[in-house]
Amino acid sequence: MAKTENEKRRSSLFFRFHIDLPLLAGILTLMSLSMFVVYSAGGQNIDMVIRQSIRLGIGLGVMLVVAQISPFTFQKWAPHIFLVGLGLLLAVLLAGDVGKGAQRWLDLKVVKFQPSEIMKLSLPMMMAWFLSNYTLPPNSRNTIMAFIIIAIPTLLIARQPDLGTSILVASSGFFVLFLAGLRYRIILGLLGASIPFVYILWNYLMHGYQKQRVLTFLNPESDPLGSGYHIIQSKIAIGSGGIEGKGYLEGTQSQLEFLPERHTDFIFSVFSEEFGFVGVCLLLATYAFIIVRGMIIASRAQEAFTKLLGGSLILTFFVYLFVNIGMVSGLLPVVGVPLPLVSYGGSSIVTLMASFGMLMAISTNKRLLASN
Amino acid sequence: MRRKSYHIQDHSAEANLVARRAIISVLFVFVFMGILLSNMYYLQIASYDSYKTRSNENRIKVQPIPPNRGVIKDINGRLLAANEPTFTLEIVPEQVEDMDETIAGIREYIDISEEQVEHFKESIKYQRRFKGMPLKSKLTDKEVAIFSVHQHRFQGASIEARLTRYYPYGDAFTHAVGYVGKINKKDLERLEKNQEIQNYAATRSIGKLGIERFYESQLHGITGSEEVEVNHRSRVLRQLSVTPPIPGVDLHLSIDIEMQQHAQKVLGDNRGAIVAMDPRDGAILTLYSNPSYDPNYFVSGISQRLYSQITGSKDKPMLNRVTQGQYPPASTVKPQLALLGLHKQLVTKDTKIQDPGFWRIPNVEVQRRFRDWRPQGHGMVDLNLSLRQSCDIYYYDLAYRLGINNISAFGKRFGFGDYTGIDLYEESRAIMPSREWKRNRFKQPWYKGDTISIGIGQGYWTATPVQLAMATATLVNKGKVIEPRIVTGISGPNGYQNTAAKIRRGIDDVSEEHWNTILTAMYDTVHADDGTARSAFAGAVYDSGGKTGTAQLFSLGEDEEYEEEKVAERKRDNAMYVGFAPYENPSIVIVVAAENAGGGAANAAPIAREMMDLYFGLGNAHRDNIAPLPKLPPVLNEVATEESNNGED
Repeated sequence: MAKTENEKRRSSLFFRFHIDLPLLAGILTLMSLSMFVVYSAGGQNIDMVIRQSIRLGIGLGVMLVVAQISPFTFQKWAPHIFLVGLGLLLAVLLAGDVGKGAQRWLDLKVVKFQPSEIMKLSLPMMMAWFLSNYTLPPNSRNTIMAFIIIAIPTLLIARQPDLGTSILVASSGFFVLFLAGLRYRIILGLLGASIPFVYILWNYLMHGYQKQRVLTFLNPESDPLGSGYHIIQSKIAIGSGGIEGKGYLEGTQSQLEFLPERHTDFIFSVFSEEFGFVGVCLLLATYAFIIVRGMIIASRAQEAFTKLLGGSLILTFFVYLFVNIGMVSGLLPVVGVPLPLVSYGGSSIVTLMASFGMLMAISTNKRLLASN
Repeated sequence: MRRKSYHIQDHSAEANLVARRAIISVLFVFVFMGILLSNMYYLQIASYDSYKTRSNENRIKVQPIPPNRGVIKDINGRLLAANEPTFTLEIVPEQVEDMDETIAGIREYIDISEEQVEHFKESIKYQRRFKGMPLKSKLTDKEVAIFSVHQHRFQGASIEARLTRYYPYGDAFTHAVGYVGKINKKDLERLEKNQEIQNYAATRSIGKLGIERFYESQLHGITGSEEVEVNHRSRVLRQLSVTPPIPGVDLHLSIDIEMQQHAQKVLGDNRGAIVAMDPRDGAILTLYSNPSYDPNYFVSGISQRLYSQITGSKDKPMLNRVTQGQYPPASTVKPQLALLGLHKQLVTKDTKIQDPGFWRIPNVEVQRRFRDWRPQGHGMVDLNLSLRQSCDIYYYDLAYRLGINNISAFGKRFGFGDYTGIDLYEESRAIMPSREWKRNRFKQPWYKGDTISIGIGQGYWTATPVQLAMATATLVNKGKVIEPRIVTGISGPNGYQNTAAKIRRGIDDVSEEHWNTILTAMYDTVHADDGTARSAFAGAVYDSGGKTGTAQLFSLGEDEEYEEEKVAERKRDNAMYVGFAPYENPSIVIVVAAENAGGGAANAAPIAREMMDLYFGLGNAHRDNIAPLPKLPPVLNEVATEESNNGED
């Protein structure tokens, strides 16, 4: 893992501030793109762009601060943060604010925040801490323990209900387990067991209206004015973008407001409509670059804890991406996950940037350790 | 839970495990990205055409553009029905979330009556989607200004500048020109049936009465369209292309505003009708029915109170007395009967009969006496006297000898008992009685006594003033039957064009001599010393012919005499007059019906005189100078205008 002198000199200033330059470049690329697309999707409202840039700026600040923290500190505090996180989730269920029909927010008088966001970071930390205490791959007992650790916060968040976040949280936990060497036969077994489970669920447990929702997801055209409307309009936006797109600020589906939630969850549709297949390829390439860079950082880490945490964080980032694009293009049901670093608003940007801060801490601290 | 030392030996094995898993993860990431990309390929490239079409369907709407309605002008080109730009507060129901709340909010700024709200709510029930419906029309400048300030509060409500129909002469032309009103459910059903509904996609009002109704399809024009880009709320953002509407044609009448207003003035409080027609081509010169009402109330929705006030009136202002008023024609049809007598050779010009003041049906045991209007009778009466003095006995006898079959058949040839074909839907056939008619109507046979009253234009016989005008014009034209018509010209994109006169098969089997005998007698009615219309037309600067009539509405007993003061107002006689002028080559036929006014000579003839005086005062050849005469069919070729100043008296 030795670096050439040349490389070291070039990155020395960033190195001192625990910044990974390629990762930062990828992030900044997406952030600048975000401001352009938000301007278009928000009906060319410059105030929206300003608010988004402030939010992204705060995110960058959070990333820089987190990057200064040693990974060992994360390791030390992982179980405590996890327990506090669980406590907050319980508090939300008991005394949370109902926003948009779901209890997600905890009003701390000064700020409102979503404890589920903390869990996005603290569950992988907890899992990495737990599994790295034992030999990898984990034995059966630890595997079962690990699944329980994943299940508790996932179920608490799903009950709010916030399906999108619970998927992200569960994935982040599962990725730690996978990277830690969860045996394939267990994975295949779980997959195999899910087939009869789904069969029983569909035929004996689900109500008619629940089945209807699933059917509408599978064929949105069957309910074009109801729940299918959003996804149909989104697919029209994406499809009508064609190869080269309709041009910046020229997307009729978005500019004429046929697209719902177009500056938040459906911002990818706006982008696809205006920049076409070419734009989509470039965007996905940028994401791929960030993800590959993240995986490189994770695999270069010297401790099991940092490897597992880093890998899980960057894979969760991909889940964001996959679920968001999957849902707006009709591959997945609409669960309410933003396009990471591009969608307007939300506390998710802070969480995401904190996770990039951790990755940067991981990438630089190992070298400090090595030089000691 | 400290890490146990022996695990440290496995450090590199662990590292390898995690590294392998990391590589597999990255592979998975690429596989899933591949899935995303293939889906994008499918949507953006494979299905591009289909989504492109659907995107355009979303954003492009075709909007109809209403054509401007043709205007209606009098003989001098003055507007009788105009299009006035007005501001209308309209609401597109589909764009409003809570209609009651929106209306309540608007009412804070603009005064809108309960009734207007009800009207609006009724109207939005059956209109096409995304069509703005008027909540209030004719906003004042102040209302427009106030609403504009607060418009942002009311999604779906807007002020639209529209052309609204306006009738500058109010109630003077209601029965001729008619009016437009909002399209209602019945109109929509009719348009749907006639497959005209598309052409009315942007139209808000439709002809409901008179010329406006009769010529609806010409006045309306052809709806244009524009392709516009809309947002998801169907709000128009910009125009992409446009097919301009084709405006409706303008209609030209031969009615003169002055004549029409004069008719209104001379009738005053009298219920009745005045119709004047040019016998040369059937052009209506005046068509006024009294009382009238202001058509402007109907244009943007009349209030229930005002509507029931109009419909509930005992004077029936909505009845078009010219075309729907069924009056006993009384003595005004004696010329036609006399003509029939001559034609059937039952009388000659010189045949005289004795008039003792009453008449009995010959050879009948129980005899009723039919009385003459003059108790002492007229002595020895020939045809000319029978007309100029309106001797009843002469016609009792003539009718008796003619029989109902002859009278009925001849009357029908003059147009009695049927529509005249005037360009109004508001027309009644009235009754030209016959044996068959009575059997159908009363399930009774025709009695001889029935025929006798027919001889003096009473009994079952009724006629509308416009029928009398056509019958009189037929006399003047010596058998040429020309249908009356109000519209005599249209002007559209191709300029002005006369509309053709409509002619029926004439009465061509009556000899010229007989026609002249009758016309002479009608001349004498006006000009002879003992003519019934003599005093009414004394001193007129033109020669004319005419016939007075007094229709009895109240049956007198055999020995009673008619005393005006004793008879209730509504049962008094109707005063009738038919006339034409100039005597040589007449250019005007006039019919006056004044309900319950009393005798025709004293009450209807003077009205006709006033109208004719004005007509000639405006210029005898008036029509010919101002608007070009329609090209008449060959039968009327000999029509010419000639100054006529025959001092014959």
